[in-house]
Amino acid sequence: MHLTSEPIDVAAFFRDVRPSDGGVCLFVGVVRNESGGRETTGIDYEAYGPMAEREIDAILREVSERWPAARLTVRHRVGSLRVGEASVAVLATAPHRGDAFAACREAIDRIKVSVPIWKKEKYADGGSEWVDPTRQKV
Amino acid sequence: MTVRLLYFASFRESAGRDEELRELPDGTRVGELWARLAREIAPFRGFREMPPAAVNREHASAETLLADGDEVTFLPPVAGG
Repeated sequence: MHLTSEPIDVAAFFRDVRPSDGGVCLFVGVVRNESGGRETTGIDYEAYGPMAEREIDAILREVSERWPAARLTVRHRVGSLRVGEASVAVLATAPHRGDAFAACREAIDRIKVSVPIWKKEKYADGGSEWVDPTRQKV
Repeated sequence: MTVRLLYFASFRESAGRDEELRELPDGTRVGELWARLAREIAPFRGFREMPPAAVNREHASAETLLADGDEVTFLPPVAGG
């Protein structure tokens, strides 16, 4: 299971490191305190759970085919998060750092664009909005 | 036939519900279901094209034929992470 409603335990990720791993690359996405110049207090994450699990599985399979030396672990939060909380974590381990960096980068980039997880930003002024990348300037 | 429609995020708020069972004529395609919903749910009318859809948790196209018992979802634009 990649999705969790519990806080992500980043330290626990290191239990997955193998003795043959010389490179460990950990990306952690954290809820920011602003978005587009507007002060934010948190983000609500909503997922189509069963499909999101399958989509992440498929991404990890494809990234592993491309970087066979790397092994990947992913956790993605759902529910209501406050500024500073980890929303997503990707761990890539490999014998050498090149494969670990590359696999980690590709996995997180793909997770952010194609997994059915949505976020609603909550603003300090009391408003809230679903983030729509098709409406935003990148 | 009956399909189970799921709504998420902004689509859930537009529809005012998170799921429903819906009777459809046999042979209905995903695109035809979207056209029906767009007639009923005002914010859906703003879409020039059908949003990405999933049938039984797999990506589907407007041409995908629906079957009795299918789980159908139209996916709002995704921005995880």
